[in-house]
Amino acid sequence: MEELSLYVLDITMNSVRAGATEISVELREHGRWLDFTVSDNGCGMTEEQLSRLENPFFTTRKTRKVGLGIPFLKMLAEMTEGYVKISSVHESVSADHGTVTMARFGKDHIDFIPLGDMVETVKTLIQGSPDINFVFRHITERGEVMLSCAEIRAVLGDIPLNQPEILLWIGENLKEQYEAINNA
Amino acid sequence: MKSLEELMAIKAKMQDKVALRTSSGTTRIVVGMATCGIAAGARPVLNAFVEGISEAGLSDSVMVTQTGCIGICQYEPVVEVYTKDAEKVTYVKMTADRAKEIIEKHIKGGKVVTEYTIGAAKK
Repeated sequence: MEELSLYVLDITMNSVRAGATEISVELREHGRWLDFTVSDNGCGMTEEQLSRLENPFFTTRKTRKVGLGIPFLKMLAEMTEGYVKISSVHESVSADHGTVTMARFGKDHIDFIPLGDMVETVKTLIQGSPDINFVFRHITERGEVMLSCAEIRAVLGDIPLNQPEILLWIGENLKEQYEAINNA
Repeated sequence: MKSLEELMAIKAKMQDKVALRTSSGTTRIVVGMATCGIAAGARPVLNAFVEGISEAGLSDSVMVTQTGCIGICQYEPVVEVYTKDAEKVTYVKMTADRAKEIIEKHIKGGKVVTEYTIGAAKK
């Protein structure tokens, strides 16, 4: 994958498939690091699943025998002197279940790839799962971009968030927030 | 700024439309968005369909949705088109430009773009 925003999309899809209703996607830039964290309240993973997660020949899906999402993320993070940390509580263990995936990347490393189009990634997530409460946050040293689906839903009532007019508004809103921090 | 007030204005305009959309969707365009799809370029394909259907004024009758991996990763980005009366059509190795062409010829014109289908790719 050529853009970090595609990794963000791919990893966040894991939370979607875990049946989460609340998903937080956060990018935090500080010094030379970019930290990417996805937290969800999905079904979580058992210890056995967690231990096999970095093995590309492990996947829970039925349509193919390999799972490359986490191995891809780990490869890119480690290539740029970062790392991936995953913690998870399976629904059989506690009512407070879910998964937190955190990846750190070295932004100044030669193997770091461009962040790419985060606006498209957020729009794609909402388009596919209009009922999930995504909270997107991108914190930089020049300011912050934030979008909360719960806030938008409070205004819209029962109009689904994946209607084209709403996705357009979401995209424009995020673009304006990015322009504001880029001009700061 | 794209404010919440503006969102309220959009809501007021949309209220009647949405009921119509959810009840009358007869055509479904399904884009594969698993790791294989995303890595092969599914995000711009999905976006081209979402925007293209909206621009063509077809949002009342056509739904664009996402799915996971359907097991033919070597052909990603894969798009399936379900219409009311015809058999499912599977398009492979999709791009944003091909998406526009499919909206024009297949969705609007009712003619399958055979050269982009999985049947043509397998030959």
